[in-house]
Amino acid sequence: MKTRQLLSRSAIYFFLIVFCLFYLLPFYVMFITGLKPYEDLNVTRMWDLPKTVSLDGIREAWNRVAPNFRNSIVITIPAAIISSFIGSINGYIFAKWRFPGSNTLFILFLVGMFLPYQGILVPLVRTLQAVGLYGKTLGLIMVHCIFGIPITALLFRSYYAGIPDELVDAGKIDGCGFFGIYRWILLPISMPSFAVVLLWQFTNIWNDFLIGLVVLSSPRLAPVNVAVQNIAGSWSVEWNVQMSAALIAALPTIVVYLALGKLFMRGLLAGSLKG
Amino acid sequence: MRLKSPGLANKAMSHSTQQGERGFAASPILSALRKRLPWFHGDTAIAFLVLIPSIVAVAIFIYGFILWTGYVSLVKWDTAIEDYTFVGLRNWIQLFTMERFHWDLRSLVLYALGFMSQCIIFGFLIAVLLDQKIKGEALFRTIVIFPFAVSSVVTGVAWRWLMQPTTGINLLLQKIGFENFYFEWNANPKWGILAISVAAAWQFTGYIMALYLAALRGIPDELREAARVDGAGTWGLYRRIIIPLLRPVTFTAVVLTGMGSIRVFDLVTILRGPAFTTDTLAFHMYQSIFGLYRFSLAAAVGFFMVFLSSFLVAPYLHSMNLEAEQ
Repeated sequence: MKTRQLLSRSAIYFFLIVFCLFYLLPFYVMFITGLKPYEDLNVTRMWDLPKTVSLDGIREAWNRVAPNFRNSIVITIPAAIISSFIGSINGYIFAKWRFPGSNTLFILFLVGMFLPYQGILVPLVRTLQAVGLYGKTLGLIMVHCIFGIPITALLFRSYYAGIPDELVDAGKIDGCGFFGIYRWILLPISMPSFAVVLLWQFTNIWNDFLIGLVVLSSPRLAPVNVAVQNIAGSWSVEWNVQMSAALIAALPTIVVYLALGKLFMRGLLAGSLKG
Repeated sequence: MRLKSPGLANKAMSHSTQQGERGFAASPILSALRKRLPWFHGDTAIAFLVLIPSIVAVAIFIYGFILWTGYVSLVKWDTAIEDYTFVGLRNWIQLFTMERFHWDLRSLVLYALGFMSQCIIFGFLIAVLLDQKIKGEALFRTIVIFPFAVSSVVTGVAWRWLMQPTTGINLLLQKIGFENFYFEWNANPKWGILAISVAAAWQFTGYIMALYLAALRGIPDELREAARVDGAGTWGLYRRIIIPLLRPVTFTAVVLTGMGSIRVFDLVTILRGPAFTTDTLAFHMYQSIFGLYRFSLAAAVGFFMVFLSSFLVAPYLHSMNLEAEQ
C-alpha cells in the first residue's frame, strides 16, 4: 500500500514538472535567443545556452520598439484608470440602485464582453474618421474605455453586490444621496476591487493587438505589440532581435503578474464565473 | 454611522423623500415622466441619469455598430470610397461561394477542435493534479498561468521560432531520441492550423486550469469522503461525482474557448502558413478591409462571426441571468 502511494505521488509530481517545462520552454528559448550575438544564432544550437552573452539583440530591439513602448504606456495607463472609474460607477448602480429592467440592461451590457470585434470594425473606423479620432492616440484610448464598459461593470458589480445593503441604507438615513453614498461609503472600501480591475484592464489593453492595429497603425504611434508583430512579419532572420523585442513587450505584464499574482487570479475568476 | 435613534432616522428619511418629490414635481416634464415611470424619482433617477452615457455608448458602439455592419454587408461598398448602393444578398452569395471562405470554415472547425480539447483536457488534468495537496503548488500554478500574462503577439513570435522546421521543437525531439521526427508545423499545408492551435492552447490553458482549480476547491471534502465510504475508487469518484459537479465550469470553458476559436487573429498574422491553409474568418475580414478595401465583403464576414458567436453567448448569458436572479 505504501509503495503504491509513493508511486502515485511521484507520478503526480512527474507530470506536473513535465507540464511546467512545457509552459516554460518558450520563455527559455526567448530568453537565451535574445541574449545571443548574431553570429551565434545557429539553428542546430537553438537550445544551447549562449556561448557569449551579448546585449546587442536587446539594444537593437529597444532601439526599434522604444517609441512604441512609450506609446503603449501613454495609451494603457489612462485607459485603464478611466475605464476602472466608469466601471466602478456602473457597477455601483447595477448593484445598489436597481430599477425595473436594470438586470436586463446589465445582461445587454455583457454582450459586449463576448463580441468578436470584427463585427464592429467597419463602423468603428468610419465613426472615428468622422470625428477626427482615427489614427490618434486619444481615439484608441476612447475605444478601449468604451469596450471596457462591460467587463469593468461586471467586476465591480459582483464586488459591490457582496457589500451589505444595510450599509447603503445607513448612508441614506444619514442624509447621503446617490453621490454621497458612493463617495463616503463605497469608494473607501473599493480599493481591493479597483486593484483587480485596474490590473485586468492594464493587462488586456497592453496585450491588445487588433484594435491597436486598426485604429493606430502608423508605425510611429502604434502600440508596442503592433510594432513587435511588424518586426516578426518582416521575415528577418535576426531572431535575437525578434525575441528581445517580444520580451520587452511582455515585460510590464510579466512583472505585474509576478508581483500581483493573487489579484490577477481574482480578476481571472471573476471575469468569467460570477453573474 | 451617526445613527441617533430609529424615530429620528425615520423622520429624516421621510423628510428627504418629500423634498426629493417636491423638487421633481416643479418640472412638468419630469412630473409627466414620474407618472409613467413610478420608480423614476429621487436618487434612483439620478442613478439612471448617471448610467445614461454608458447606455448610449453601449447602444451605439456595440448594438448600433453590429446593425450597421449588417447593413454594410448588403451594399456595394467594395472600394476605398463609401458606396451605400443596396445590392441585397450579393456579397453574401459571393462570400458563401468563395474558396477562401471554405478554407476559413475548415480552419474554424479544426482550430476549434484542437484548441478547445487541448485547453479543456489539459486544464482539467493539471487542476486535478494540483488539487492533490501538492508541495510547491503555488509555484506550479504560477508557471502554468504564466503564459496568459503575455500577449498573443509575443506568443506568436516565440512559437514561430519554435516551429521553424530546421530547428525548434523538431530539433528538441530529435535530440531526446525521436531521431526521424520531422513536421512542418504551421507551414504544413494540411494541418498548419492545428499547429497554431497548439500555440494558442499553450497560452490559454492556464486560464481554464484556474477555473477548474477554483471549482475543485469548492467541492467539500465530506463529499469525497462519503464517496470513498461507499466504495468508489479514485476513477469512480471523478467520473460519477466530480466531473458532473464541474459541469458549469466545463460550460464556461467551452464558451470561452469557443469564442476564442471564432475570433483567432493575432496568432494567425504571425504564424500563418502558405496561401489560405491557415486562413481564418478574422484574418480574411482584416485583409478584405485593409488590403482590398472590400468593406461590404468584410462586413459580411464580421457579421457572420457575430452570428456564430451568438450561439455561444446567448446560452451563457442566459445562465448568468438565472444566477443573478437567484
